[in-house]
Amino acid sequence: MESIRDRVAIIGMGCTKFGERWDADAMDLMVEAAYEAYQDAGVSPKDIQAAWVGTVGSFSTGQGLAEALKLDYIPITRCENACATATDAFRNACYAVAAGIYDIVLAMGVEKLKDSGASGLVTPRGPSSDVEPPTPPPAQFALAATRYAHHYGIPMDQLKRILAKIAVKNHHNGTLNPKAHFQREVTEEQVLNAPMIAWPLGLYDCCGVSDGAAAAIIVRADWAKNFRDDYVLVKGLGLAVGGKQGLLHDDYDFIHFPENIRAAQIAYQEAGVKNPRKEIDLAIVHDCFTITELILYEDLGFTERGRGPAEVEAGTFTLEGELPVNTDGGLKCFGHPIGASGIRMIYEVYKQLQGKAGPRQIKKTPRLGLTHNLGGRPGSFTGAVAIFGRRD
Amino acid sequence: MAGILACGAYIPRFRLGRETAGWGSPLEKAVGNFDEDSVTMAVAAAQDCLRGLDRSQVDALYFATTTPPYLEQQGSALIAEALDLRPNVFAADITNNLRGGTIALRAALDAVLAGSARQALVVAADCRMSAPRGELERSLGDGAAALLIGRDSGVAEVVASHTITEHMLDTWRTPQDTFIRSWEDRFIIEEGYQRVVPQVVSEFSQKTGVVPRDIGKVALYAPDARRHQDMARRLGFRPEQVVDPLFGKVGNTGAAFTLMLLVSALETAKPGERILAVGYGDGGDAYLFQATERVGEVRQGRRLVSRYQESRRILPTYETYTRWREVWVSEAARRPPPPVPSVSALWREKEENIRFYGSRCNACGYIQYPPQRVCTKCQAADQMTPIRLAETYGTVFTYSMDYLAGTIDTPLVLAVVNFEGGGRWLGMMTDREISEVRIGMPVELTFRKLRTVGGVHNYYWKCMPVRA
Repeated sequence: MESIRDRVAIIGMGCTKFGERWDADAMDLMVEAAYEAYQDAGVSPKDIQAAWVGTVGSFSTGQGLAEALKLDYIPITRCENACATATDAFRNACYAVAAGIYDIVLAMGVEKLKDSGASGLVTPRGPSSDVEPPTPPPAQFALAATRYAHHYGIPMDQLKRILAKIAVKNHHNGTLNPKAHFQREVTEEQVLNAPMIAWPLGLYDCCGVSDGAAAAIIVRADWAKNFRDDYVLVKGLGLAVGGKQGLLHDDYDFIHFPENIRAAQIAYQEAGVKNPRKEIDLAIVHDCFTITELILYEDLGFTERGRGPAEVEAGTFTLEGELPVNTDGGLKCFGHPIGASGIRMIYEVYKQLQGKAGPRQIKKTPRLGLTHNLGGRPGSFTGAVAIFGRRD
Repeated sequence: MAGILACGAYIPRFRLGRETAGWGSPLEKAVGNFDEDSVTMAVAAAQDCLRGLDRSQVDALYFATTTPPYLEQQGSALIAEALDLRPNVFAADITNNLRGGTIALRAALDAVLAGSARQALVVAADCRMSAPRGELERSLGDGAAALLIGRDSGVAEVVASHTITEHMLDTWRTPQDTFIRSWEDRFIIEEGYQRVVPQVVSEFSQKTGVVPRDIGKVALYAPDARRHQDMARRLGFRPEQVVDPLFGKVGNTGAAFTLMLLVSALETAKPGERILAVGYGDGGDAYLFQATERVGEVRQGRRLVSRYQESRRILPTYETYTRWREVWVSEAARRPPPPVPSVSALWREKEENIRFYGSRCNACGYIQYPPQRVCTKCQAADQMTPIRLAETYGTVFTYSMDYLAGTIDTPLVLAVVNFEGGGRWLGMMTDREISEVRIGMPVELTFRKLRTVGGVHNYYWKCMPVRA
């Protein structure tokens, strides 16, 4: 086994405005993201040798990307891996370049969710016996919140206040980001008094549903300097896929997500990270729900198990904190167009590492940034962790 | 010789009653939850009856109801699977008849006496509907009863029986009708119930020489409380002989009614006591039982009528009930409509969905639900033994409450349940009060109808707080 560390680099990225894009379909969104990335990299569509596109429900083959961008009979693979789809599309693109098969490729993530007429997330399902509970993600993640409070003996109103602080933090960061769906401050009281979605999670504990796309242009690391000086190196790529162990094993505790831990272990090892709390300068993580963000602080080794609430109280993960998390506003403010989110996360790390994050640029000069993308539900996840660094 | 080996009952948890806003009566009646029907209640009553018994000994199953979920499709076949009876069990539905419970009893007795079955299970359940505010609404209730009949005197020996069959349109329902139709009350009572029942009992007495004073308890069908009291008196029974007909508590449970009263009688019967059970509908039936020395065994570990009746909750509003019955149509959630379940998938998964089998790994012993081919702990392939978990109690490990699920019982309680002895299941909780749901609460499984889509009734198990 070999590491991906320093073998491929990102030379250009694009990200659409996320939100209820009544004006745009999936094709429009991909054009927006791709052309920003081309321009950023200084390449033309003709330079792209192969592409990977992540989407869960917007279209079903690589042809969707070819049609939108008029790519000229190049190999394109459509990738799907739950809510970690975009990170996995990116990961496969990196491996093809690292293998030496291609010199320059495109990774795209896209989702058009807001045409369903339904509130909440609608994902296509194949025929089944349909005996599983008809519960969308909030009720599944709420299982972890209920257990977390019980496990640590935290009264629920106290845990709710901790979770509210996470929502307040991410909403604040979102106000600094013109591409975010929501760009509005919320108060702890607003969060606590919001309508219940799936107890104990209220409206502001849940990320929004939106449309968006993000794209990255990846080249061999030794080629990157031909395009720009501030290219960003891929340092580690970890993916861990659960097989429903948490629902089949009666000793699974619902207060940690093993897929996060495994994916992080792989990525940290590849990147040579020994102490993530000290070495990671910022993290863009999968805050589909506030409880998810709380748990993954612990899973990713940003703090010890059970210490998440104390760190939230201490402001460790705010924009000004010791380890800023979700500087771009996170899923909380971007919403979660499923197939797009992973590359949207990478977009923020890329901009921060280049020092181009504008008003939300973190104070210290970042050396390593992390993205964490998570698909599934407590008990069975696809966990993806990626680490990026500035050129030395 | 034939007798009752065991009996069981089921009464839904909920009641319309004095505290129910909009009900307008101090009298209670039992109402099934939105996910209950004649099949689910029949399963519950049969589980009560079969508790602690060897189910593989059941050779025949008779299911009586006037409210079968399908007009073409056997309810008893589904009940047999949910009860985990042997695949080569004989199963029959006795539908369309208010007297179905006592007719099924006769069929079971005949099978046992003829030797085609050593043990025959009779289960009767009904959830008849009157139009809202209709004449029958206050007297009808939902419930079920089960009797295990065998070639043995059991807890009560069958001594004699008598039957009259007579066609009369007193109450009826066509396949197009949701609610029961009836003819003028004075005609159907006077020329129907009040003529036929005395005739059955009198012919029975002439045939057997057994007269009302010889009888310890009478389990007497009646359309309502007033007619019940009147008939008992007319037949010459003293009040202390009359089994409480549960009007004002449960209500007239249709095809299950007489058998529920019989179960009620067996609960308190003394050895040697004689019990008369009288059914009515398209004629009438009378059965005489005599309790044996073992009659006290009927209560062992069972809930029967008395415990199910005590374990009750009054619905806060009549509107809730009308939503459950889909008489009041609620606005659909802003979600895609549920898909029609795949019938082939339902068929393929019936062992896990209906029999509720998990699997235990022969290599490492780990119990897992749903059944797996490859063990989730030790990865041994195809070395599994099925293990039924439907009667295994569990505790709630964690839960959530979904306010947007679009189910009738919002919020939908989603629970992770750990079974006693191992195994875990993520499922829905029913018959719950939101305030009582907590981590660590004991739960039992209950067979329910999830929903009906595209004409397919989708049955599965849910958990519920353990009933007292």
